[in-house]
This record gives sequence, structure tokens and C-alpha cells, in this order.
Amino acid sequence: MKPLLDVSNLSKTYGAVRACDRISFSLYPGQILGIIGESGSGKSTLLSAIARQIPADSGKVTYHSPKNGTGEPLDIFSISESERRQLMRNEWGFVRQHARDGLRMKVTAGANIGERLMDTGHRHYGNIRTEAKRWLEQVEIPTNRMDDLPGTFSGGMQQRLQLARVLVTQPRLVLMDEPTGGLDVSVQARLLDLMRQLVRSLNLSVILVTHDIGVIRLLAHRLLVMNCGEVVEQGLTDQVLDDPHHSYTQSLISATLVP
Amino acid sequence: MTAKLPNTTTPDAAISVEPGFNFAYLDEQTKRSIRRSLLKAVAIPGHQIPFSSREMPMSYGWGTGGIQVTASVIGADDTLKVIDQGADDTTNAVNIRRFFKKVCGIKTTEETTEATVIQTRHRVPETPLREGQTMVYQVPIPEPLRWIEPSEIETRKMHSLSEYGAMHVKLYEDITRFGHIATAYDYPVMVNDRYMMRPSPIPRFDNPKLNMSPALQLFGAGREKRLYAVPPYTTVKSLDFEDHPFSVEQWDKPCEFCGSTESYLDEVVTDNEGGRLWICSDTDYCNRRQAQMKPVGEK
Amino acid sequence: MSDQTYLLERLPVFSPSHKPLPDEALLCARDLYKGFTLHNQGGIHFPVLEGVSLIVKPGDCVALEGASGSGKSTFMRSLYANYRVDSGEIWIKHRGQWKDIATAQAHELIDIRCYSLGYVSQFLRVIPRVSAVDVAAEPLMDTGVEPTVAKDKVRSLFSRLNLPERLWSISPTTFSGGEKQRVNIARAFAVNYPVLLLDEPTSALDADNRSVVVQLIKEKKQQGCALIGIFHDQSVRKQVCNQSLTFALHD
Repeated sequence: MKPLLDVSNLSKTYGAVRACDRISFSLYPGQILGIIGESGSGKSTLLSAIARQIPADSGKVTYHSPKNGTGEPLDIFSISESERRQLMRNEWGFVRQHARDGLRMKVTAGANIGERLMDTGHRHYGNIRTEAKRWLEQVEIPTNRMDDLPGTFSGGMQQRLQLARVLVTQPRLVLMDEPTGGLDVSVQARLLDLMRQLVRSLNLSVILVTHDIGVIRLLAHRLLVMNCGEVVEQGLTDQVLDDPHHSYTQSLISATLVP
Repeated sequence: MTAKLPNTTTPDAAISVEPGFNFAYLDEQTKRSIRRSLLKAVAIPGHQIPFSSREMPMSYGWGTGGIQVTASVIGADDTLKVIDQGADDTTNAVNIRRFFKKVCGIKTTEETTEATVIQTRHRVPETPLREGQTMVYQVPIPEPLRWIEPSEIETRKMHSLSEYGAMHVKLYEDITRFGHIATAYDYPVMVNDRYMMRPSPIPRFDNPKLNMSPALQLFGAGREKRLYAVPPYTTVKSLDFEDHPFSVEQWDKPCEFCGSTESYLDEVVTDNEGGRLWICSDTDYCNRRQAQMKPVGEK
Repeated sequence: MSDQTYLLERLPVFSPSHKPLPDEALLCARDLYKGFTLHNQGGIHFPVLEGVSLIVKPGDCVALEGASGSGKSTFMRSLYANYRVDSGEIWIKHRGQWKDIATAQAHELIDIRCYSLGYVSQFLRVIPRVSAVDVAAEPLMDTGVEPTVAKDKVRSLFSRLNLPERLWSISPTTFSGGEKQRVNIARAFAVNYPVLLLDEPTSALDADNRSVVVQLIKEKKQQGCALIGIFHDQSVRKQVCNQSLTFALHD
């Protein structure tokens, strides 16, 4: 099996602070990779650097696109801005921590979902609407809210709308930055369960950044533990959580309140 | 030996010009710089070109962009027509025409067929334009994506990458809210299959006139400091959906004065009981039709 | 019934042996060493496994025996790659080839756990909105079986395990220990794993259900599956196991 994404020696410094220090890993199709660490560990920076939303200082990110006809891997740091934006629209998705950053708050829910379709050339109003409805159902938002503005949605609903907006073009890789941050526990549970189902049914590959071990346990197959910009431990999720080797991982696990 | 330059500076002595002003008000360097920008605009149809908008003797919002464009291209032997909402006799149209007469001493006219340069606010003349004519449009907001993206950096990227899906989002919203595309004027268009453009607040009724027009069309936004152009015989296509195609306004009454069923009609309230008239917005067109209707010999 | 007893003496660490693997075996663990270092408690080190080996063939059922804390659970978890061994090899027949679990990559381990190595753990991870049938059918569906077929199989196992039908379509969050255990058993037994690990599979079950589990294990053995289990219940162990591996405590 060939990896979907190869990250090699990715580094990013802010002045004297090494936010990411030679991070390397491979992601295979259908895998959910969790990246866990405290605030300031560099995990969000890593995600932004992989998506080239901030420039990395060094390293390489290679994406093996299943939709790419030639089969040639893409060097994310050297493709043009136009190709990168196309990639982000078609094959990748980015779910942000705050739904407001990932949605257009001034247009209706249906338009939010339909935008990526319209970006990729869909020009039939009726079909776009049908597709948007379908996705609202998938993320368990009542379809009669389709013509409402996201500002009238609860936090959990906004997050689910963000999911729908990202998944509508059936991406292969989804990057998620603390997708359940700031939500109530029960709302989190619902969102996580939904994400779990969708990842399985759509065979998505996900890189999930969070500080919440519960989220990791539920969703991730593999886990990277980050501390001060470095990956201190990695392995299968249950491996790292049940048999932590590194001192930082051990203190992280033992600090958790809920088993 | 210097080449003979076109006569845009010193008018004929016979025509009186307001003393103390250069021909067409703007200094020659400014005119040249605007013309250079206009050349770029013509070379890239529909693409916005920044220009150094000057202080004009009227405030922003009153057509300074259009006036600067006209001032840069007008020559001593041009004939200028100025319309506002289709009429030559509104305050704005009259003022602008008088302004140019003062600073250029050129001929002005109310007849579309006689004009070589036509400056307009919010309408395109009904009379078809011909080669050699130049239309100058007054533009308030040049950026079609401004409503969805406030950042100028981002909209410039979107234009350069042809990322226009957002505009269809607006049309989608219209259909959702009103059942049809409600944009009545300043309806966004694709120019030359490449750039999205705002045709200025002309009614969508006029959009088809822009397509493959024999005239040169120039657009100036003074406050926003942008200009753009549509060269003659360029495709201009109004955006729509496959199942909601672009359509123009229609009236079920003819013009009260000239009987035309093909022109854009203004609604005029005549009394307090709700009486109303529909008459052509294009005064020149209406007048000419009325003149043709009168039997020969009558005054 | 052969009895392989290993005393946990201090043996030197070996480099990977290149002895050939027995053809008919399904799993071959060699010289496993595993210790724990608690960094946040002064860095104290506990050695637990010191040179443990095991070979299982189709139809085998090995009981792991020993006092609490002697390493049976550690050994089982190491086989499942839940714990990482410090040295040694764990060879498993996967897709017709031998693969070393101790050094396999994450995506390979996921594949091995999907098709070749099953685990009935003591704990059932419950997700509030997923029904018992769905929880139990997931591993089978992961192998590519159609959802309806998978769920039917799981339901028939539920019936055999006497799990009340009214519980099938609700989430196991409110189930008793015994009910959760039966969901766990059905989950693992639904798939035709060549090797199955059982961690105290009958600890919360009554006598009737214990005998159902015994029957299920016997059926698996007949199908050629190899089982390795920790059985608290002596009678169950006597009925199904043909080998045992005893772990002794350190002094």
C-alpha cells in the first residue's frame, strides 16, 4: 500500500522558537492520524504548514493524488498557488476549530455547502440544492434549516455545517484543527460519532489535531505526540495511550481525568 | 523633428474655453497616465486597472471616474453626449455636459447618432452604437466580488485564478430568497470568457447591448481608483444557472409617448391617486420616435 | 497434553533469530522481553517479560497461567501490539506470509488486526449513539462483509449468547458487565480470525453462558483457529485448552 501523504523533515521557526522541528510521518489511505500535545506544542502550526497556509522553513510534503491522472506525486511546496487552491477545493478539506473561520456567515447554509460545487463548475441550481440537502442530512442538520444563516445555528450545528461544506466535494484528505474545541461534552460526543461514521463510510484519511485524549481514543488509528515542536512518541493509538514510553507521554496520559 | 500630435491641447480660437484651465481640465501628464492605464485595460478586457484618480471639481460619487476617462480621451473635434438614467436633461447630465463645454469648447449633442463620445450613468442608449463611438460608464464599485470578500488582496487572487464560484453563490442566494435572480442592475458578466466584471449600475435589460458591441466601452471608478474596458466586438455574457437562465425585464405597456415596446421604460407617478405612466428612459430615442410619428408638415 | 513451563530467569538479549518458522504454525512468538519504565516516578523500571516464547498451530488453545502481575496480560497485549516489546519477534501468518508484529509499521498492524488477529478484551469501548449490533458488526464489516450479512451474523451470536433481543438496537452504555462482555465476544467471534486472543472471556458470565462460550471456542478450534487465552475459570480452561504457558512472578 502506498502512502497518501509523506511529510519529511518539516520545520517551522518563529524567531527563536522552533514550532515544528523536523517532523516526519506517512499517512496511508483510510487512516486517521491524531496529533496530540498541549497548547504551544506546535501541532496547529504543523497542520497549517502541511496545507501550505503558512510557509514552512524546510522539509517536504508529498501527496499521492488518487484523482491525479498521471499518478505523479505532488510536491505540495512547489506546486503553484493555483494548483494548491484547486487541491484544497477538490481533494483536501480543512475543518477549523471555530466554525466561523471556516464558513461564510453571511450566506445561507445551503449556499455554504453549495459553494464548493459552484467553484468546481456546477451550474444547475436544482442539482446543487439537492446535493446540499443530502449533505445536511448526512451531518444531521434538519433540511428545513437549509435557507437559514449560520449565525442562527448552535455551535455544534455550525461545526457540522463546516463538515458538510468540506465533504461535499468528496475530499481524500481532511485536516482537522481541534474540531470539538469549545463545544459541550454531549455536543462533542455527537459530532465525534458523526465524524467517525463519515470517515468510515467515505474512506477518508484524516489528520486530526487536538489536545483531548478522549477524541483521540475514539477516532484515531495512529497517534503522534508532540512536545515543544518535536514528535516525542508515535504509534498505534492504543499503543501510545496504553504503553507510553516517553516521559512526556506518560505525564500526559496520567493527567487525564477520564479513562 | 517632433511628430505631429493629435489636437487635444489647444482648441481652435473660435471656440471659447474657460481661461486658466488646460484642455479638458486635466493636465497632459495626467491624461497620458490615464491613457496608458486605458491601453492596459483594453488589452485585458474586463480586468480592473488601478489609476491615479485626481481631485475633480465635484465630489466622489458624482461621476468623477467617468469624467476623468472622458477628459483623457476627448479631442477637440469630438462630439460629446452625456446621459443620466437615459436622459440628457437631468441635472447631472446637464452639469457634466456644461463642464466639458467650458473646459474643452467641444461640440455637444443630445443625439446618440451624432455623438463620438457618450458618457453615461446607469443606462446604455437604445439606439445601436456604431464603430468609432466610445461609451464611458460611471462606476461606483468596480469589484464584483466585494460583497462576498472584503479583502482586496483576496479578490485580486480570485480574479487571477479565475475563482468565480462565489459570484454564483450570490445568484444562488437570490434564487433561494426570491425565487429568481433578483439582481436588477449592475448584473455581473463574464468578459471575453475570462474576467468577471461589473457593468456599472445599468439595468440588466442593457447587458445584452454590451455583447459584441461595435463601440469601445470604457469604465471609470473615481473613488475606487480603477478603470476597465471592453474593446469592440468582445463577448460579454451575463451569469446564470442552467435551470435559471439570464432574462431581461419586460413591460406589458408600451411607452406612453412614442409607443415603443422595445425600450426600457421608466415608471412615472403622475398624481396622488396612484396614477402612473410608463415612458422611455432614453429621451433621445423617445424624441426621435415621436418625431417620426408626426405626419409630415406638422410642427 | 504437553506442558511448557518457563521460569522467568534473567537471560541476555538476543538479536533476531533467523531460525526457520514452522510451516503449519499460525503464530510464533520468540524471546519476548518487555519492561516498563515510569519516568515520572523516579524512572523506576519493571521487567515483566524476559525471554518468553510461544508457538501456536491451528486448533490449539493455549491457556496463559500465573499469579496476578506475573505478565500474562502483558504477554497477550504484546501479541496484539497493544504493548511494544523491548526485544524479540512475534511472527504471524498474515495474507499467506509471515509478518513480525514487533517491527511492523502502523498500517501493517492495522491490517493484521483487521484480518488475522482478534482480541476479546475485558473492556468494551462504548460510544453513546452506536447500537450493540453496530458495535459488534464493525470488525466484520471492516473486512468487507456487507452490513446486512454482518449484522445478521452478529445477531445470531447474540442469540446464542442469550443477549436479550431488546438490547440489540440500543447502545451498550447502560449494559451490565456480563452483557457488555457478550457483545465483546460476539464482536470478536463474528470474524474468522486465524488467531484469537481472549482476555478473561467468561469472568462476568453465568454458568449457562459460560458453556455457550466453551462451545464457541470449540467450534473455532474445529475451524482451524488458534486461541490464546487468560481463563480465570478452571472448568472452562479444562474444557477447551490443550496447552498452557505459565508465568512466574519476580522475586
